[in-house]
Amino acid sequence: MQRAKGKVVSVNESLVSAQTISGAVMNGEVAYIVIEDGKRLKAEVIDVKEGNRVYLQVFEDTSWMKVGDPVEFTGLPLAVKLGPGILGAVTDGLQNPLYELGKIEWFLERGLEVAPLDPNVKWHFTPKVQKGDTVTGGSVLGTVPEKLFEHKIFVPFSLRGDHTVEHIAETGDYTIDDPIATIKDASGKTIPLTMAFEWPVKMPMPFNKRSVPQKSLPTGIRILDALFPIAYGGTACNPGPFGAGKTVLQHSLARHSQADVVIIAACGERAGEAVEVFKDFPELIDPRTGKSLMDRTYIVGNTSSMPVAAREASVYMATTVGEYYRKQGLNVLILADSTSRWAQALRETSGRKEEIPGPEAFPMYISTLISAFYDRAGVEILPDGAEGSLSIIGTVSPAGGNFDEPVTQATLLSTGAFWGLSRALSDARKYPAIDRIDSNSKYPSLLEQEEVTYLLELLRDGKTIASNIILMGEKGITDEAYIRYQKAELLDAVFLQQNSFHEVDGVTAPDRLRFMFDMVKEIIDAPLTIEGKEEIRSHFNFIRQAFLDWNYMRPDEEGFQKQQSKLLNLVKKRGHVAENV
Amino acid sequence: MLQKTYENIDSIGRAILSIQAKGVHNKELAEVLYPDGQRAFAQVIALDGEKVTLQLFGGGFGVSTDCKIRFLGKPVQVGFSDDMLGRVYSGNGRPIDGGPDLLADMIRVAGPSINPVKRLIPKNMIRTGVPMIDVFNTLVRSQKIPIFAKAGEPYNRLLANIATQTDADVILIGGVGLKYDEFHYFRQRIEEAGSKHKTIMFIHTHRDSIVEGLMVPDLALAVAEQFALQGKNVFVLLSDMTQWSDYLRQVANAQDQIPANQGYPGDLYSQLASRYEKAADIENAGSLTILGVTTMDDVTHPVPDNTGYITEGQFYMKNGYLELFGSLSRLKQQVNDRTRSDHRSIMNAMARLLSEAEERVKAQKFGSVKDDYSLRLLAYRKTFQKELMDPFRYLELEDALDLCWDILARHFKKEEVGLSSKLIEAYWPEKGMFKILNEKSDE
Repeated sequence: MQRAKGKVVSVNESLVSAQTISGAVMNGEVAYIVIEDGKRLKAEVIDVKEGNRVYLQVFEDTSWMKVGDPVEFTGLPLAVKLGPGILGAVTDGLQNPLYELGKIEWFLERGLEVAPLDPNVKWHFTPKVQKGDTVTGGSVLGTVPEKLFEHKIFVPFSLRGDHTVEHIAETGDYTIDDPIATIKDASGKTIPLTMAFEWPVKMPMPFNKRSVPQKSLPTGIRILDALFPIAYGGTACNPGPFGAGKTVLQHSLARHSQADVVIIAACGERAGEAVEVFKDFPELIDPRTGKSLMDRTYIVGNTSSMPVAAREASVYMATTVGEYYRKQGLNVLILADSTSRWAQALRETSGRKEEIPGPEAFPMYISTLISAFYDRAGVEILPDGAEGSLSIIGTVSPAGGNFDEPVTQATLLSTGAFWGLSRALSDARKYPAIDRIDSNSKYPSLLEQEEVTYLLELLRDGKTIASNIILMGEKGITDEAYIRYQKAELLDAVFLQQNSFHEVDGVTAPDRLRFMFDMVKEIIDAPLTIEGKEEIRSHFNFIRQAFLDWNYMRPDEEGFQKQQSKLLNLVKKRGHVAENV
Repeated sequence: MLQKTYENIDSIGRAILSIQAKGVHNKELAEVLYPDGQRAFAQVIALDGEKVTLQLFGGGFGVSTDCKIRFLGKPVQVGFSDDMLGRVYSGNGRPIDGGPDLLADMIRVAGPSINPVKRLIPKNMIRTGVPMIDVFNTLVRSQKIPIFAKAGEPYNRLLANIATQTDADVILIGGVGLKYDEFHYFRQRIEEAGSKHKTIMFIHTHRDSIVEGLMVPDLALAVAEQFALQGKNVFVLLSDMTQWSDYLRQVANAQDQIPANQGYPGDLYSQLASRYEKAADIENAGSLTILGVTTMDDVTHPVPDNTGYITEGQFYMKNGYLELFGSLSRLKQQVNDRTRSDHRSIMNAMARLLSEAEERVKAQKFGSVKDDYSLRLLAYRKTFQKELMDPFRYLELEDALDLCWDILARHFKKEEVGLSSKLIEAYWPEKGMFKILNEKSDE
């Protein structure tokens, strides 16, 4: 089909309109605008209007563009290249590897494109089919080892119906551009295949068979794993005002979550935060694999000073890559930070198009886009019966920290867990500052359900008594209520709060979580009838101190057992005194 | 490059103008030619067919339909030379200190961001001597951080203090919407501190047009970036970015853009980010640190709100104090584990206790605070404010940390402060709480 050619008619920051001269135009296709110095600026068609008028969002700075500059349409939607070599990579929102770009220029100059997957790396391919076999889209042609696992080489998912293998490469080393197979469709047309293929980022990959998320994904963060868990294949909404600890929480999740692959979509956020990840992670060893943390990580960085129009692309690209690794039978976790920046990018473009604005000037369709995005998460049962999952944790940056705004609300409707960050808690240095009362999750905890209820009840009681203390003073409440209050405070201090910068306390494995919970419960349930607020507070201060010291120790560390006995003795001693009274 | 002159002006507003013209580039620099021979700069901001929209550096007042527009065939640029050190420029790059024009290399303004792979993880503490900064929210080389304060707080004094008390190689001052006396204050402080030889000022005062004010951060940052690329550690002071955002709002509204929150354009976040993100510690080169000022009444206002999501924390100034709550340095964790072994822990313990004290302040209003512990918390809060929160008290970090321990010991028992036994053993002042209290009462 003849693709359109056109000329620029108007330029308004990243929104450009063009007049097409000939050929067909598809909504969503990629076009290049060629400016005076010959640079080709990548853009995407976002609207086709009457009179052969086309709106494009340009993924680059539009300075120096002129009316009349030629526009070349490609006929292809914005796509991501899928194949071995994605893990460990750091790319921009359009899959240009940043380290490769850095070899050309210090600054992110426009008009530069680099092969998304390194064409020079050789992968050791082992065929899994033979000549004459019948295959279809999604069939496994062979495997190559990639970092931590065997990467399956698929027949591109877009191919439907039965195909016959005409040729398959022998075991050996190949680049992703080398032909490794030829297959023939029913009509006799032959199709050459390599180890990589493209998939349009905005088109969700179809599930082979979908299943329900019901197994909790341990994050190493106690308040999440115990009270507000996320499941493999689940989704979570993490809104909060600035400074409440979103970034630290995200980093902690990226490091400690028990996923096979972690994809970080740094969307419209600070460059420095992505830098911390991709410069630190290669040095950090993942204790579960013994390999570098970077081996399981992929970073898409469209940071806040990069072209705004590519923010949307970066979120979708991360998701498409996530779906691809789910098809590999892996558990993938996407950290999208921040979905509000993506929504704001849509708002900017919508405003320039002079669309009628919805609440807070966001486009009317924002909620539909957000729900469709989270729907790409899920558990998939693969043709060989294995399971893969894609979980999405989306941070939201609500204006003024007020959750009653369109992006937070739409996200809440689309996700299964809600981790609301609270400025009051972060001011009090109670990290992670996830609201203990208002947060929720519909996924199963690492603890038993009745244990979760037990904890939540104590926290609610603690909150009620705390407000009574403010109103009536410590003297205005009974010793019994004061003890209940101190127990809630203790639970918060030693179990829910966690020092994410501490080597031991920063991550709690499921077995230790269980152990800690039992310990907390034993202390809380211990009989105690001390009298006097001062005495009670002092008792709990000693316990808190001993418990925190214990939290900071490794179980195999000398003194761990001793500290544990010390802690339990503190509890018993007072219990004993109480019995004598 | 070919320069074209057009004379069919369509419309003239307060800050923008539109004209029919052909072959014009987006963001091209232009000149308004007045009938009496005067000239003023303008820049293309949008193109639609033959309609060209320009923002006017000199404002729209006095521009007439018989003015001509000459397109200069080049983008907005700024000079760059070591000879600029010690000089003062306006928001359109002209010297305003009475000194001569310079022949300098011209460099691009508002260029693309540096490739993140060329950034280093910030690891160098900047000692400011301000206890609330050094102990509680440590400043780090290449950080971007504003002071949040009401108009009228002494934020410019703090800005000038930090710039002159630290070891920056080059200081860029970008003044946006300064009162004349504030401009004068900066000049005076820089001269008194003997820092003039390493300082360049780009100044917009209230008598200048808003478009010039909009340009100031870009000019200052472009020059700063060049120095940083040459290996210098550069400090950029931007005061006041709330006024800058207000100018942005005015120009956006003049263009009939659909406003997002409180009339600000939907791209306020991106606009602020593309300036603040210039801050970087650059591989095999120098660094660029940005200290800004964001005046505000309420932190949920769109300007401080968007800023807070962009910058690496903020220093919150209120009633002349640097507040603990509301202030944040996101980069402090990069450095405060390498200062002194108690730094992080005591910082957190002090904060936790202060937060507990704040709860009692609320309770105090109901007259319900009578118990000894609460009264001690309230006394602690007073001491904290008096001895630590003054932004103009100079203390070396180590002295400030010792002072923290001393304050704790004056008000609390060891087991009340929630610090590990190891640290308490190492740092708790020998004179215990009651001893110190008694000594005080003896005085």
